Amino acid sequence: MALLEVDNLQTHFRTPDGVNRAVDGISFAVEAGETVAIVGESGCGKSVTANSILRLVPQPPGRIGGAIRFQGRDLLKLSERAMREVRGNDISMIFQEPMTSLNPVLTIGRQIAEPLRLHQGLSRESVEQRVVEMLGLVGIAEPRRRTREYPHQLSGGMRQRVMIAIALACRPKLLIADEPTTALDVTIQAQILNLMTDLKRRVGAAIILITHDLGVVAETAERVMVMYAGRKVEEAPVAELFRSPRHPYTRGLLSAVPKLGSSLGAAQTRLAEIPGVVPSLKQRIAGCVFASRCAFARDLCRRVAPALEEKAPAHFAACHFAAKATVAA
Amino acid sequence: MSPVLLEVNDLKKHFPLRGSLLRPGGLRVYAVDGVSFRIDKAETLALVGESGCGKSTVGRAILRLFDITAGQVVLDGQRIDDMPAGSLRPLRRRMQVVFQDPLSSLNPRMRVRDLLAEPIRNFDLARSAADMEARIDLLLEKVKLPREAKARWPHEFSGGQRQRIAIARALAAEPDLVVCDEAVSALDVSVKAQIVNLLQDLQREFGLALLFISHDLAIVEHMTHRVAVMYLGKIVELAPKKSIFAAPKHPYTEALLSAVPMPEPGAARKRIILKGDVPSPINPPKGCRFHTRCPYAFDRCRVEEPELRSTRDGEFVACHLHDLPPAQNPLAATRPH
Repeated sequence: MALLEVDNLQTHFRTPDGVNRAVDGISFAVEAGETVAIVGESGCGKSVTANSILRLVPQPPGRIGGAIRFQGRDLLKLSERAMREVRGNDISMIFQEPMTSLNPVLTIGRQIAEPLRLHQGLSRESVEQRVVEMLGLVGIAEPRRRTREYPHQLSGGMRQRVMIAIALACRPKLLIADEPTTALDVTIQAQILNLMTDLKRRVGAAIILITHDLGVVAETAERVMVMYAGRKVEEAPVAELFRSPRHPYTRGLLSAVPKLGSSLGAAQTRLAEIPGVVPSLKQRIAGCVFASRCAFARDLCRRVAPALEEKAPAHFAACHFAAKATVAA
Repeated sequence: MSPVLLEVNDLKKHFPLRGSLLRPGGLRVYAVDGVSFRIDKAETLALVGESGCGKSTVGRAILRLFDITAGQVVLDGQRIDDMPAGSLRPLRRRMQVVFQDPLSSLNPRMRVRDLLAEPIRNFDLARSAADMEARIDLLLEKVKLPREAKARWPHEFSGGQRQRIAIARALAAEPDLVVCDEAVSALDVSVKAQIVNLLQDLQREFGLALLFISHDLAIVEHMTHRVAVMYLGKIVELAPKKSIFAAPKHPYTEALLSAVPMPEPGAARKRIILKGDVPSPINPPKGCRFHTRCPYAFDRCRVEEPELRSTRDGEFVACHLHDLPPAQNPLAATRPH
């Protein structure tokens, strides 16, 4: 049994001008200790998926349907009280903006201690010891002194280290990281990604990494899911996805990103564009969600939504013509 | 005619800090502390570096969105940093800007027509009402927006389309130089490619010079002719892009390039993880500003500030390593990063 099984997740929001189908029927599994990346552009539903797992979506206006089984238990059926036992303990989360997710008026020591006191029932001394240990673990120098500091006294990179310390304090089995390095500078991003990979090895948590940065995906994930307009369009092991993407959207994304070193080769090429814009999620899309922007789209694509098919071992894509598209392009 | 459009000489911009209970007065943020470069006509110069390095301050100083502390800004042979506001006005037309977030740089209470008409009217470019309409139509066509967009409001557009409006507005003034301050940074991958291609097309068509301020090195490499790398208010390296990306000469450039995650799983690369954070620009380190994080720093770096010096034609670097015998200089050899 997988650690986490998401089955036909549908997160819809009621809005004044119709129902927004932010996540529209996606299924996936995460094995213990595995890193799975969810990639996609703004509004594709990747963050809503993450928030739905921890039931952080306000209901109403949101409505979460389907099943989210964590170690066999359906999280959507738990009472709010039981859910609180899961959050920060078995499953924890890191957000993009550490300044808005840390409490500005509490010392960071107190904030790291909070999940330990709530979930683990440790004595005051052992909580204190654990806090210092966690700060050391995430690479903060002089951890004992730092426990008495406030978030504004830390730099962006250090704040994100503190967030990681809070998230890992209770040794969760699953860590959801929503754009954990997007707000950071590239040299600091390198530090944090290194730290996450290193800690994962030591703590053994599975990670769901949500990002729009294909470079970050390539360097940290083992498996990748590509989302578009609330649906999963492709899923594959990381090397396989980058080597032979099957879905036209994934292919478009990969060729729209310039690679470092591009000027050293022969002639400069234009960046590949994906024409058009993401469709509105407020209308039900009958066929393939990508059809309106896809160069290979035919009549069938506009009428019938393609099912997720295994196109190669462990490589799934939701495209009627995936194999043909590969040859044609 | 000289090919040089803009020259910046030893530009400094210090922001005084107000004293408070916890902080003594008289402190300054050394945001930009002695920066020199030039931009040729129709050329792209990229200004790269991490948050707080002063790259945006340089852009704003050139546009004279504030007065500078010291130095010179020369546009087409005319000094503009000390020019009175009145005589500056015609020169403002020649330098336009595109910011990162079009939602906050476009007035939400103006329709697209009025947003585009404003600069045309301000600089008296239209000969008649019909000419005005024709200009607006042409601008929309150039940025690939439909004509119907004229009657609509900024909030009705997607992020990429809004950035197209901001670009059209910059072009309306018929500038020679456009400062793009993180102009594509907030856009999604597929839209970013559209806007990058658009900027390149427009540059070619109108012979625009671009000052492309960005932290995204892969986009910079794709877009630019030359690159200036900034760290804590100074340029540490300035060179044509090929030399920067093939063989960086400054340890900071080297680390910056090695830190960019590559969309190639399993790519074997040497990654230099810099320790610590960027020091505060209120109290920058003595000697070389990078020595606190530099993996190669030696005694001289802690006491003496290196000057930006030419190593080869058109290549400049501020680093003491290049005074060492080549055998002791880890950045001497030309090698791929």
